Amino acid sequence: MATTLLRPDQTFYPSPRMAAEAPVETLAYMVTFDPTAKTSDALVTLDVDPKSKDFGKQAGRVEAPNKGDEFHHFGWNVCSSALCPYAPHPHLERRYLLVPGLRSSRIYVFDVKPNPKQPKLVHTIEAKEIADRAGYSRPHTIHCGPDGIYVSALGAPDGNAPGGVFVIDHDTFAVKGRWELDRGPQQLAYDFWWHLGYDTAITSEWGTPNMVENGVNPEILLGGGYGHKLHIWDLPKRRHRQEIDLGAEYQMVLELRPAHDPSKAYGFVGVVTSLKDLSASIWVWHLDGDTYKVEKVIEIPAEPADADDLPPLLKGFKAVPPLVTDINLSLDDKWLYASAWGTGEFLQFDVSDPFKPKKTGSVHLGGIVRKAAHPKGGPLNGGPQMVEVSRDGKRIYLTNSLYASWDEQFYPEGIKSWATLITAKPGGGLSLEDGFFSEFEQRTHQIHLEGGDASSDSYCYS
Amino acid sequence: MSYSWWPWAALVLLGAYHGVNPGMGWLFAVGRGLQERSRRAVLTSLLPIAIGHEASIVLVVIAVSLTEQFLPPYLIRLLAALVLISFGVYKLLKPRSHPGGFGMRVGFVGLAGWSFLMSTAHGAGLMLAPVLLGLPVYGAFHNLRELSLQAVAAASLHVTAMLLVMGIVSVVVYEKVGLGILRRGWFNLDLGWSFVLIASGAITLFTAV
Repeated sequence: MATTLLRPDQTFYPSPRMAAEAPVETLAYMVTFDPTAKTSDALVTLDVDPKSKDFGKQAGRVEAPNKGDEFHHFGWNVCSSALCPYAPHPHLERRYLLVPGLRSSRIYVFDVKPNPKQPKLVHTIEAKEIADRAGYSRPHTIHCGPDGIYVSALGAPDGNAPGGVFVIDHDTFAVKGRWELDRGPQQLAYDFWWHLGYDTAITSEWGTPNMVENGVNPEILLGGGYGHKLHIWDLPKRRHRQEIDLGAEYQMVLELRPAHDPSKAYGFVGVVTSLKDLSASIWVWHLDGDTYKVEKVIEIPAEPADADDLPPLLKGFKAVPPLVTDINLSLDDKWLYASAWGTGEFLQFDVSDPFKPKKTGSVHLGGIVRKAAHPKGGPLNGGPQMVEVSRDGKRIYLTNSLYASWDEQFYPEGIKSWATLITAKPGGGLSLEDGFFSEFEQRTHQIHLEGGDASSDSYCYS
Repeated sequence: MSYSWWPWAALVLLGAYHGVNPGMGWLFAVGRGLQERSRRAVLTSLLPIAIGHEASIVLVVIAVSLTEQFLPPYLIRLLAALVLISFGVYKLLKPRSHPGGFGMRVGFVGLAGWSFLMSTAHGAGLMLAPVLLGLPVYGAFHNLRELSLQAVAAASLHVTAMLLVMGIVSVVVYEKVGLGILRRGWFNLDLGWSFVLIASGAITLFTAV
């Protein structure tokens, strides 16, 4: 059994403050996929030790045994939440990465312990097991919870609603079943996370598999049919508590980044686009008395463009939407990062006061029209998309693909994939100087860091 | 063996062990204290945890006392031994069992319920069975009242020891040491505990024959 013999797994930290003092990562895990499904998707390890001569290069690669899985997000079997007092299991090891295929609905379990650079496939959860036990399909976000592995799913096996959350046993990897006991009005799903200190879970909305798998559907979009709500849940009671509608104008409410400090009940969520002016926005949800409220705190405007420079989907608008598709929050809850995948901009905000973010940094990489170059490469396409922040908050890892069928609509020339490391300057600001820039054959998606990062762990102590 | 001091010492030591073990309660108290930023929240969490623990143990105490009325001592010992050994083997195969439906914001009743389930799943009460059987009252002529009084006294001594140690540890960790101690000092005793359960089952079995 995968337990430590004496002390707790040393990558577990009681509080985000202590985790921020963790040693610097030397390895990163990144998933890559083949949009044509001709080759197998892979879990790639990157050497991210700045002292290594292979800094930023591929250190290992393990392929899935099938094709067409579409690797996307992934996560650990256990993390710092194992120290939570109500369901402690501090001696389980953080050693398995659960990698879902967003299209195939399989979840692969890779063991990174025997050889951290070359993980080994040890278990596969088939789509049928998820469908039979939980009634869900298209697994997306993985979070290691205090009492099991939580996975969000975009929809039902037939590709329609409802999507939701299911739980996997962290000892056996058996699908335990659907998480919701009472889902209330919730139908659409995407991301989910929690405030462990408040026994509260939050879920967001994208669209059902049938609404997203053939590309963004302009009719659904212009009709305000993609997700525009947040849902607040009682975590231990597994019941829906509150629905927060941002308004149908705000289409696709995606990444949820609650404050890491469990004594704080607020968080950030990114909205991909507004139907009014194609702007993207970031909102803060916060507990006010007994209910949660939400307010828009950041708006990133669309940039005017020549119709000739735009893909067919956007020609009529004569503008590039910023498309905020991923955001991330440093462990000290001070710095918020946002990817504007359409305009190719990566932004940093000081969110010490979450209601009054201050823009402190910006770099351009790629973009639909701008195609901004990296100093260590030529003009780029795609844009900053998946963001991962190191535990000490100093290093930020980016990749440039969104989702196969959507990639083709916004970057019809085909995305040439890259991964890059940029650094956060002390006191604010971003730098491309000390990082790396590497290109890959397959499309790059989420990155997680050895031992944990700013989106992998949650904490019960502030 | 009658009128010896060892069962009382064992009760206190087991209580101290449960008091030190983060999984049995003090960590929950400290977590609530940190969430509320108040030492009061640490201290007020201790009572429901102790009540839940006592309730779990009293169940075993009652079971032992009642069966004592109907069964000859060697049969009780045999029974206790079998339960202990099979529970030890179960914990060996499935060391992690945590009750579902709990979170950080449980109230007094919730915390007592959580403690009851954690203690029961841990086998805290079962472990006391052989100790109870070693109490002088079980070795001599007695009535149920005498038996119950001594059994409840035994359980209370155990819980008092636990509460004392748990209180000291939680306040020291909350005020001085900090939770970093978890990373250094939360030893994996699952394996050891399983073997202790099996061993005490074996010893009880030995005394039964």
